[in-house]
Order: sequence, then C-alpha cells, then structure tokens
Amino acid sequence: MAKENTSVFGRIDGLTLLLYFLLVLIGLLSVFSVEYRSTDPSIFMMSKSFMKQTIFLGIALFVGIVIFFTDSKFFSSFAYLFYAIGLFLLVITIFAGKDVKGSHSWLGVGSFAFQPGEVSKIFTALALSKFLSSPETNFKTLKHRFIGAAFALLPCAIIILQDETGLALVYFAFFLVMYREGLPNIVLIIAFSLIVLTLASLLIDKSILLYIILGVTLFAAYFMRRALKRDWVVRIILAGVCAVCILFSQVAVPFVFKHVMKGYQVDRIYSMLGREVPEDYQSKTADGTLKKSANSSDYNVTQSKIAIGSGGLFGKGFLNGTSTKNDFVPEQNTDFIFCAVGEQFGFLGSLILIGLYVSLMLRILHLAERQRSAFSRIYGYCVASILFFHFAINLSMTIGLAPVIGITLPLLSYGGSSLLSFSIFIFILLRLDADRQAMIR
Amino acid sequence: MSVAVNPRQLIVKLIFISTAVVILMRLLFLQLFEDKYKVMADDIAIYKKVVYPPRGTILDRKGKTMLYNRLAFDLIVTPNKVGKNLDTAELCTALGIDIGQFNKLLQKAIIKNGYRRPGTFIEQLSDEQTARFKENMYLFDGFELLERSIREYPNPSAGLLLGYVGEVSPAMLKRDRYASYTQGDYVGMSGLENGYEEVLRGTRGVYYYERDNYNRLTESYKKGQMDTQAVAGKALQLYLDAEIQEYVEKLMKNMVGSAVAIDPKTGGIICMVSAPSYDPNLLRGRERSKNYAALNNDYKKPLFNRATQAYYPPGSTMKPMTALIALDVGVITPSYGYPCGGGYYACGKRIGCTHSGGGHAANLRLAIANSCNSYFVHIMRLIEDAKKFGNVKKGLQAWHDYCWNFGFGHPTGIDIPYENGGIVPDSTRYNRMYGGSWNSCTNLFVGMGQGEISLTPVQMANAMCIIANHGYYYTPHFVKSIGGNPRDSILAPYLKRHKVTSISDSSFAVVALGMQDVVTHGTGKVAQLPNINICAKTGTVENKAAIDGVAVKMQNHSAFVAFAPRENPTIAVAVMIENAGYGATWAGPIASLIIEKYLTDSISSKRKYLETKLMNANLINPYLPKIEAAQRYKDSLRYETRIANKRQEERDQYVRDSIIIRRYFENMYGKKLP
Repeated sequence: MAKENTSVFGRIDGLTLLLYFLLVLIGLLSVFSVEYRSTDPSIFMMSKSFMKQTIFLGIALFVGIVIFFTDSKFFSSFAYLFYAIGLFLLVITIFAGKDVKGSHSWLGVGSFAFQPGEVSKIFTALALSKFLSSPETNFKTLKHRFIGAAFALLPCAIIILQDETGLALVYFAFFLVMYREGLPNIVLIIAFSLIVLTLASLLIDKSILLYIILGVTLFAAYFMRRALKRDWVVRIILAGVCAVCILFSQVAVPFVFKHVMKGYQVDRIYSMLGREVPEDYQSKTADGTLKKSANSSDYNVTQSKIAIGSGGLFGKGFLNGTSTKNDFVPEQNTDFIFCAVGEQFGFLGSLILIGLYVSLMLRILHLAERQRSAFSRIYGYCVASILFFHFAINLSMTIGLAPVIGITLPLLSYGGSSLLSFSIFIFILLRLDADRQAMIR
Repeated sequence: MSVAVNPRQLIVKLIFISTAVVILMRLLFLQLFEDKYKVMADDIAIYKKVVYPPRGTILDRKGKTMLYNRLAFDLIVTPNKVGKNLDTAELCTALGIDIGQFNKLLQKAIIKNGYRRPGTFIEQLSDEQTARFKENMYLFDGFELLERSIREYPNPSAGLLLGYVGEVSPAMLKRDRYASYTQGDYVGMSGLENGYEEVLRGTRGVYYYERDNYNRLTESYKKGQMDTQAVAGKALQLYLDAEIQEYVEKLMKNMVGSAVAIDPKTGGIICMVSAPSYDPNLLRGRERSKNYAALNNDYKKPLFNRATQAYYPPGSTMKPMTALIALDVGVITPSYGYPCGGGYYACGKRIGCTHSGGGHAANLRLAIANSCNSYFVHIMRLIEDAKKFGNVKKGLQAWHDYCWNFGFGHPTGIDIPYENGGIVPDSTRYNRMYGGSWNSCTNLFVGMGQGEISLTPVQMANAMCIIANHGYYYTPHFVKSIGGNPRDSILAPYLKRHKVTSISDSSFAVVALGMQDVVTHGTGKVAQLPNINICAKTGTVENKAAIDGVAVKMQNHSAFVAFAPRENPTIAVAVMIENAGYGATWAGPIASLIIEKYLTDSISSKRKYLETKLMNANLINPYLPKIEAAQRYKDSLRYETRIANKRQEERDQYVRDSIIIRRYFENMYGKKLP
C-alpha cells in the first residue's frame, strides 16, 4: 500500500511532524516573549536565547534529515554500541563534567556544552528496545525482567552520581514501557501504593498513620475472612503487607528523609506539599541549631504559581506577561517555560498546549502500536513514556503538584541538549515508522 | 486487522490522559478560581509612581508673585522593602547622617506608617543630598525619591492669608473633602492654600511602570494606557495688594490687632492684616514643625487670624449703622437732635459723652461727627421701643435682623477657612441673662457698639462697604481670577451682589455725609487727605480683662472704620488696635495711610511722620502675657475638668450599678452579698 511513496519523506507521518513543529514554534515564541524588551534595538539579537534556540532547531532539523536518510536497520544494529558509548560519556562526565547550576552533568568541549544524560535517554531507549525485542529474550522470566530494569537503572544510577537527580528520575519512565511489554500489574500497583504511602507518611502524624494502616488491615481481613480461614498463605501475605507498610512508613521514609536525601531535596518535596519542613528532617549545623534553609525552590514555585495564576482565562496577551518578562520566575526559559504560556495565554492557551502534548503522545502510541517490528513498537513506547514523564513532571512542578526537579518541558524549554535529544527521539521513531512495512524485527 | 487489543496499551493511554486531566484541573483552579495570584502578580511587577504636579502660584492684584514653587525631593522609605543588601553605610554618607540617626529615622517611619506603607524618611533633601543619593540609587533598596514642589515666599508677609502647606494628618483623612488623599500627601493647611486646595493642587499624575526582580523599572505598564497625566495647579490672582499688605504689616508690627481693606465695588480684599504677623517662609521646609510650635506658643498669637476670628465690640464705629436703622425704622429724621449735656441720664445711671458743648448732637450729621454717645443710646432705645414693633422684644428682634443684614452675627463667607461669625444679641439672650425682665434701658449700650455685640474686623469693613454702596455688598474675598478666568464657577458666590436692606438711598447719603464730617471737623481729622472725601468713624472701645482674678479695666481698643472717596467709593477700611487708646490716635492714621496708599499709590511727605509714629509705637498690652497665660490655663483646666467629670460619671455609674445589683440580690435571695 505504500509502494507509491518510494521516497522516505513521503512515508513520514505528517501529523506527528505537524504536532512537533507546532510545539517547537510555541517554544520559540515563549522563549522570545520571556526575553523581549520593548527597548531592544532589534528583535533578532544573537545574545538572546531565542536566536540560539532557532539555531538549535536548525541543527535538530539537519540531524533529522540525516536520520531520514539513514537505513532504519542502523538504529537497531548499533543500539548496544550506542548504549555503551552513552554509559561511557556518563561516566566520563562524573570526572570531567562542568558544574552548571549546581549539577555536575554537563560535558564541555570548548565553549560548547551538552548533557550526556539527555542524549543517553535515546541510547537507553534503543538498547532497551533491542533487548526486549530480541528473540532470545523471554520477558516472562525474572532474570530477563531484571536485565531489562538494569538497562534503565544503570544510566539512572550514574546520573545520580552527577547530582542531577531530576534527570535520573526520567529513566523510571522506561518501566512504563516494560509494563506494556509484560511487567506484571502488581509492579504498577506496588509502585503506586509506595508513592501514596510515602506521601501519607509525610503528611500524616506517625502514630495516627500506624492506626490507619492497622485499621485498613483489619478492614481487609474482614472482607477476606473466608480466604483467611481457608488458606494460611493468605494470612501470611496480609500480615506481611501490613508489616511492610508499617516498616516503610515508620522506619524507611524517616530514614531516607533524614539520612539519604539532601536538605534541598527534602525542602522541595515539602514545598510541593505546601508544608513546613519538620524539625526532624531539617539539617543541623555544627552547634546543633537548625539551619534555616533558603527555600529557593519555594520561591520558584511561588513565583511560578503567581505567573500562571495571574493569567486568568485568556491570559495577559503576548509580550504582556509582567511576571515572566521581568524575570520574576527563575529558570523561566528552561524548566519554567510553561509560566510564559500560562501567564500570556491563560487557561485557554494552557489547554491548547496540553492538548497538543496529549495528541502528540497518543499519536506516538498509535504509531508504536501499528508497527510490525517489536523493536519499533517498543521504541515508540519509549519515546511516548519519556515525553510523558517530562511533560507530567515539568507541568506539575510549575503548578506545585510535584517537587521541583530540574527537568525540561519537551520541545518548549530553551536548551540545545533537550531540544536536540527530543527531536532525535521523535525523528528516529518517524524513520522507523516510515519503514514499518519493510521491517519485521 | 485489530487482533485482540492489548489492554495494557489502553492503560498506558489512560495514564497519559488522566495525568493531563489532573494538571488541567489544577490549572483551572489556579487560573480561574483564585484571584490572589493576579493581585500578587501586579504587586510584584507593577510600580505605581505618583507625580505631584506643581501647585498653583498666587499673584497679587498687580500681578506680583506672592509665592512660587521650588523643586525639592523627599526621601521615601518602605520599611519592608529595605533589604539585607542595603548599603547602609553608603546611604548614610550620601545623606550626611550617622548610623544612629539612620536607625532613629527608620524607627520613626515605621511607627508612623507601618512596615508596608511608604513613609517619609527625610523631608526635603538638600541639593547635595539629592545628588549624592541619585548617584548610588541602585544600592538603596526600599528608598526612593519623591518629587515635591515646595513654596517660597518673596515677601515676608501675608502668611496667615496665604496659609501653609503640610502633610495631611490622619484626622483630616477621615473627612470627605480629603477622601482622595493618602498618608504623606501634601495639602493646604490654612488660608488660601486650604480654601483653594482643589484648584491649587492640580491633578496628581499616576504612572504605572513594570519593574523586574531587581526592582528596576523596565517600561511603562500596558504602554501607559492606565496612566493619568499630571496637570499643574491653576494660579490664583488676588485682589490683594502685596505692597500695601506688607506696608501695613510693618506699620502694625508692634501692635496687636487687625486692619482690613475691601474694594466695595467687588468685595475684593485689598489688604488683611492680623498683627503681629509672621514670615510665611517660617512655615515651609524642614523647620516647619519647630517654627510652628514656636509661633503657636507665642503669647501674641501670630497664628490667630484676628481679622476673621477675633471678636471685638465695635464701639462707636457701630453708630452709623444704628443711625441707618433708626432712620429706616422711622423713629428719627436726619434733622432729629438730642440735647446732650455730656451724658445720658434717662436710664438712671449716667452714660458719659466726651462732648458736652450745646448742640453737638443737634442733628444726625453732627451727632455722627461728634460721636455723641447720648444721641445713639437714645435712638437705640427709640428703635427698641418703637410703636410699630409693639414691644421691646420685637423691637430688639427688628434691630437684630437689621444687624444680621449688615453681615453681623454670621460668617461673611470669606474664602479662607475658620471664619467666625461675631455676636449680635437677640431677645433670647437677654431673656436668659435677665430672666425675661428687661427693657430698652438694659441693652441701650449696643446702640453705641458696647455691651453684648461683638464683630470681627472683616464684618466691620464689610459694613462700610454696604454704606459705601448704599445698601449692597459682595462677599469679601481674595481671589480675582482662577487660572486667568475671573468667572470660574468656584468664584460664582463672590460675583453675586447681596442687596441686604431696603434702607433708602437718602438715609445712606445722610450718614455718609455725617461720616465725612467726622474727618473734616469731627473726631477723625487725622484721616484727612487733600482732594479726597473720606467718610469715617472713630471708635474707642472699652474693655476689661481678669488679671489675677480681678476685673481690671484695660486701655481702650482703638477702632477706625472708613470708606473713600464718598462720591464713588473704591475702598472701605476697618482697623482695630487692641488696648491702644483713642480710635483717632492709632487706628485712624493706619486707616488713612491705607486709603492714601491705595488711592494715590504713595504717602505724601507731610504724612510721613505718621508712619514713624506708628512704627515706633509699642502698643502691646503689658498684661497680654498674663491674659494669654490665664486663658491657656483656663483652657487646660476646662479640659481637665471635662476629663475628671467623665471619670466621675463613670465611677458614679459603677456605684449606682453595684447598689442596684446588691438590692436585686437581697430581694431575690434574701441575703447580703459578701
């Protein structure tokens, strides 16, 4: 059916490309609006992020064309090699990385710097796809499940060593892919329960939470009384779950918050919850007095909420965003670029933007599901999951639903590494999709 | 080709969509249901700059500047915006103060306006301070300069009339008139500055700017759509003659009293002096409050505008009005005479008259010229006892109404604030004083301007206008035109001619002739000017004061009223010098010098001796400090008594209440409260 379109460009999915360009355009306008000053001599100034971003876009499109001319088998063939290169770069970064904004995740070559963590997402996606799609892999076995998890968690661990926790967390998005490929439901349920339990143990008083867990257990026991009578295994499982919950909330969470996480991370989580950090979790100075945290993330979120909240239904209008234009929101052209949209175009603008994102993600899922080759399908899921994770966490943190972890809004945020990696991500998928008739594996 | 759809792809889609929905719900809440973010956004990013336009200037009748503006800067502080990164040392150097003073000033600003509101840190910086502050402005978070125009007075005169400008007080802010003001605004506090505040202040300019996170202004907000342009205040031109005003203030510098000159044709005030006067330059600038306190504590009360607020019995200057009333009531004719032999005995006790020669009151003109007391107390009785009124109370009421029409007993409506109305007694007052049993002998003194009647100097001058105009007057006022427009709606009440009596022209003519005789061959010869027919009346007002608890007769007030020229009057004058002596000795020369200067623009060399005499005189009542101190003491006692009464009242109430409770308890329970 695709015989007429012999050129690769004819077989590219137009809708995905359209959504891609719309989002990139909105991104450019947002970056422009944030830096625009009516006093500027010209709107085209090389010192402005807007112009740099345009150049990055040019590079991304060039790379895209290169990808379109590459054989689609190339990506699966060299997936493990890319992954190895990615890991190598990540490890190098630990030692040779530059400090940018408090993290150690940038690799500099001359005046040019990039984040290997961004690029290695693509490599990880390719490698994971290759592994899961290989005929030797049986994802039903525990061993292969662990290997699959290791593909995602290895770069994640290295990036944590670079002090860029936010970016590291993104790799957890691959579990969504693995879930699609057969990770048992229980994993999703357990992950969800742990998140709920963590939040509950932060929000609710320790002893009260203990009673709540016991209450819930008794409640469950009442409903399962027949099964309990019949089968001693059920009794052990119930008791075990109850014990794990108690241990997790009473011991594990306080331990992690006190000894594992850094002060600013605790601050950010509590700032998201809208609570003061309890004294137990505050870091102490040498003389035992409480160290007053600067609470800069709290400031970010407050300013971000002010900017977005003041947008109202229709927004203040393009270039009329008083908060974003006047630099009140820190990081407003990168992590907090959504403020520019929320303030200038209001709820309707935000609705359209979110609509575009959801459309793009669903379209990518649609592309993934129509692949004959498992590699392409899994890769499609990787793209959608990574996009989703960035989209969900970034927007949530600008409106105070998630702690501030510095991850970008795909295609909108200013920054070459981010724009380039997402573009490549999508372009590779489009390339694979173009050859979906030919590819079996 | 859809084989069994993997349910997990649906779950993944569901996760995507539900997350987006959660984010949208949160956005809905943030952007549509919460108003506070809009307020906060405006608060942090929009800076409202208020620009005070220059206040209107004031010119005298010849176009001479009476006051003008000088640009000055107030240093404003908003305490909660004073950040940790403020370079305090640098600021102190720039302002030339030390750190102790800095803290004290900051404390003061906080106490006065709180942490959030901007308040004055230093008023009216010197040029050097301003320049040095501007140099390093970016270092001084929370501090800003506010442009003000402050008043300068080229002549050290007319302080009371012009008034002064000061920061609006919390008490004023509660009044409707000042509803649009905010703490820290400047407002005309007295005189014309207050009377014409709405005209002089102009329109405040409000400009909105955007500022960035370093508090730097970036650009105008919404391209200036919301801005209001500052409009300069309008200039006032007065009828006042600055030269005469200054001249008379100089003449009266060693006196306590007042001199008012009005142009009867317009009601425009040519000069209004309340002596002693003060230099208006004292009440501007940083020393204002200190100087104000000094002036306020001066026993001579220079801040008290005697011309519009002080009450004086008019004395013999009342006699022309009594004559006019008697003529109109019909109890006398111009040829009516009274055989005065140096006193009036009809009511038992003698009322003295300075003249005893036969025929000095043989007709009205003579009686006025010689200021015969007997004649006027007699015709006062005739008015009160006139048959057409029926009884003395109605007679007195008729007299009261005439006086009311002459502008007595109520404020004239002059265009500076705080005018008093004087006292014209009516029958109610005498009923209260004498329990209803009184007759025309009780109050005949008011016919010669003594007793219960009290007028302000403005009212006396205004009465002269009525006689000069043969029956009408314009409300006395200062302002001739507002911003060059003499028909401004604000001036409408002053352009209205008040026809106040139906007294016939011939009556006015006769009284005017009598008053002319006062100058040509009567009691006021001192006021005589060549080629100008001056009509005048002297007054010598008896008065008493309580000194150490004893009523002591003080030196008489010297009073003089006049208008000129008789044929076509263009000036009416009233002069009242406290405790100076005869009217012709002190008040007369002042009045005549005013008339001469106004009508001829100079003082003839023959009359220079009068100036010297007046300027060298010292007519300040030696008892004045004592009287003033006693008055202040009385005021403070009155205040304390009021407070004490209030407390006593509260205590009594408490005792009453407790008695009632005890009684109630006993009745209810049959036992006593512990």
